[in-house]
Amino acid sequence: MIQEHLSPDAGPGTILIVEDESNILEALTFILSRAGWDVRGHGKGDTALAEVARLNPDVLVLDVMLPGCSGFDILRALRAEAATRDLPVVMLTAKGQAQDRDQAQALGANAFLTKPFSNDELLSVVREMAPGRVVPQAAAGRG
Amino acid sequence: MKDTTKDSAKASAPSDITGSRIREQRLARGLKQAALADAVGVSPSYLNLIEHNHRRIGGKLLLELARVLDVDPSALTEGADAEVSALLDAAARAQGDLGPESARIDELAARFPGWTALIAAQERRVRRLDAQVEALRDRLSHDPVLSEAMHDVLSSVAAIRSTADILVRETDLDPAWRGRFHRNLHEEAERLSAQATGLLAQFEAPDADVGSPAETVEAMFEAASHLFPQIEAEGAGAIAAVLDRAPGMDHPAARAMGLARLTEYASDAALLPLEPFTKAAQEVGFDPVALVARMGVGVAPVLRRMASLPVGCGAPPVGLAMCDAAGAMVHRRRMSGFALPRVVAGCPLWPLYRALARPGQAEEAEIEMPHGARFHVWAVADMQEGADFGAAAHVQGVMLIMQATQRDRSLAVIAAGPGCETCSRPACPARRAGAPVI
Repeated sequence: MIQEHLSPDAGPGTILIVEDESNILEALTFILSRAGWDVRGHGKGDTALAEVARLNPDVLVLDVMLPGCSGFDILRALRAEAATRDLPVVMLTAKGQAQDRDQAQALGANAFLTKPFSNDELLSVVREMAPGRVVPQAAAGRG
Repeated sequence: MKDTTKDSAKASAPSDITGSRIREQRLARGLKQAALADAVGVSPSYLNLIEHNHRRIGGKLLLELARVLDVDPSALTEGADAEVSALLDAAARAQGDLGPESARIDELAARFPGWTALIAAQERRVRRLDAQVEALRDRLSHDPVLSEAMHDVLSSVAAIRSTADILVRETDLDPAWRGRFHRNLHEEAERLSAQATGLLAQFEAPDADVGSPAETVEAMFEAASHLFPQIEAEGAGAIAAVLDRAPGMDHPAARAMGLARLTEYASDAALLPLEPFTKAAQEVGFDPVALVARMGVGVAPVLRRMASLPVGCGAPPVGLAMCDAAGAMVHRRRMSGFALPRVVAGCPLWPLYRALARPGQAEEAEIEMPHGARFHVWAVADMQEGADFGAAAHVQGVMLIMQATQRDRSLAVIAAGPGCETCSRPACPARRAGAPVI
């Protein structure tokens, strides 16, 4: 399912991160950019769907708790639309919130990352979501 | 010397620890073993065997010993107090790996009554503390206030972990980026510090009435999934039986509160029988407004009844808050993500307070929590029957809570939070002065 969603071209894959905590967003953006992804960040829940439609990302990293519209609502809406039904979605849930995890799974999330997660876990999960799109060449942020 | 074999033969079923009790009484009176032996006409060595429970006695010798020791004979022959025995037995089983001689509890109780009382008191204390731990564990896993606060803490920890990892691993990091990540680390450390202070305040709040009567009643409702089939079938006559079965309802205050809540429940059940009510709720898609119009019995009973729909009927998860005219919470059905503080004021309860200001006028609102979760609520305050002429009216507010499925543009959104101490809305105009800002 994931493979079908991905286009076969060799350009850097696009990841959209929807996360309202700016410091987490900045760190995740940096890590994934360094790994070769074209990373876009978005901090609001209520406009996230429009951002997905505009960017057509290869992978969506989606926080559960967002202002305006929860990650669950966004995921539910994505799965209801043919264009985004198969979009690989990694949900960010909080440790100890088993209910969140169950709900995300029921709504069709492809993977979960439980806060606080390590950068290696993030990279591993994202690579698994889109194995054909890893472009190990970025030099952003190097001094 | 007295022929003791006759006494042994005539032993009138004394307990195995009669000797220990004799020794205990003798020592309590400061009598030497030889003196007591002489007083009752036996040898000191024989009395020694008796006192160590190596000889069973009864009849005349037992009566003589009781007379000299100035105690009732039964005080020398009865076993340890049943409750104390049970407590010691429980303590022994709880620490079984230490190998306590649990078969000799009666002997211990007889020989060392002070130590026995101490162990029994400690076992009672352990049980009480266990119950409190259980209640706190339940609170931690269900309390939306703590849940929200913990989410904020974990978000900060996640940011710190990712940022610190970058700073450690990326040795060739551009100085500008390095500076930015250092600033982020500092920011998150400050936030984390404030969050920890807020959390501590939460634990120190007056809401620490673990196991209060109100919580015992709520636990009874939770355990029954807020539905009591026996009351549904038999009416108010079944209330006593329900209370008898529920844990903690032997406490007078808890029982009185449980009785009041179940009486109201029975009244609602009589007014809105479960089966037709469930069917009607299904037909209107569990919309409280449509259901109120359909049932024609007033808003409050419908809202309360919606919190008792059977599992599996298709009803969405609901929460319920009931308060008195002073705004004090009298009953809750808690809902994940929605703060329903029992003691402290909480802004998610604003629609309920608004309803209290205008009894009879139903309120509807949408509430948004700091991290985006939205809830649809319906509230009303009702005059209760029974007020005397000239007396203050007895008003009760009730609010039903559901997760908002789609945004209703006609409703104003109330921006709420889990409580000022842990809320992440620093710019909130209603924020109470002195509350730690996260």
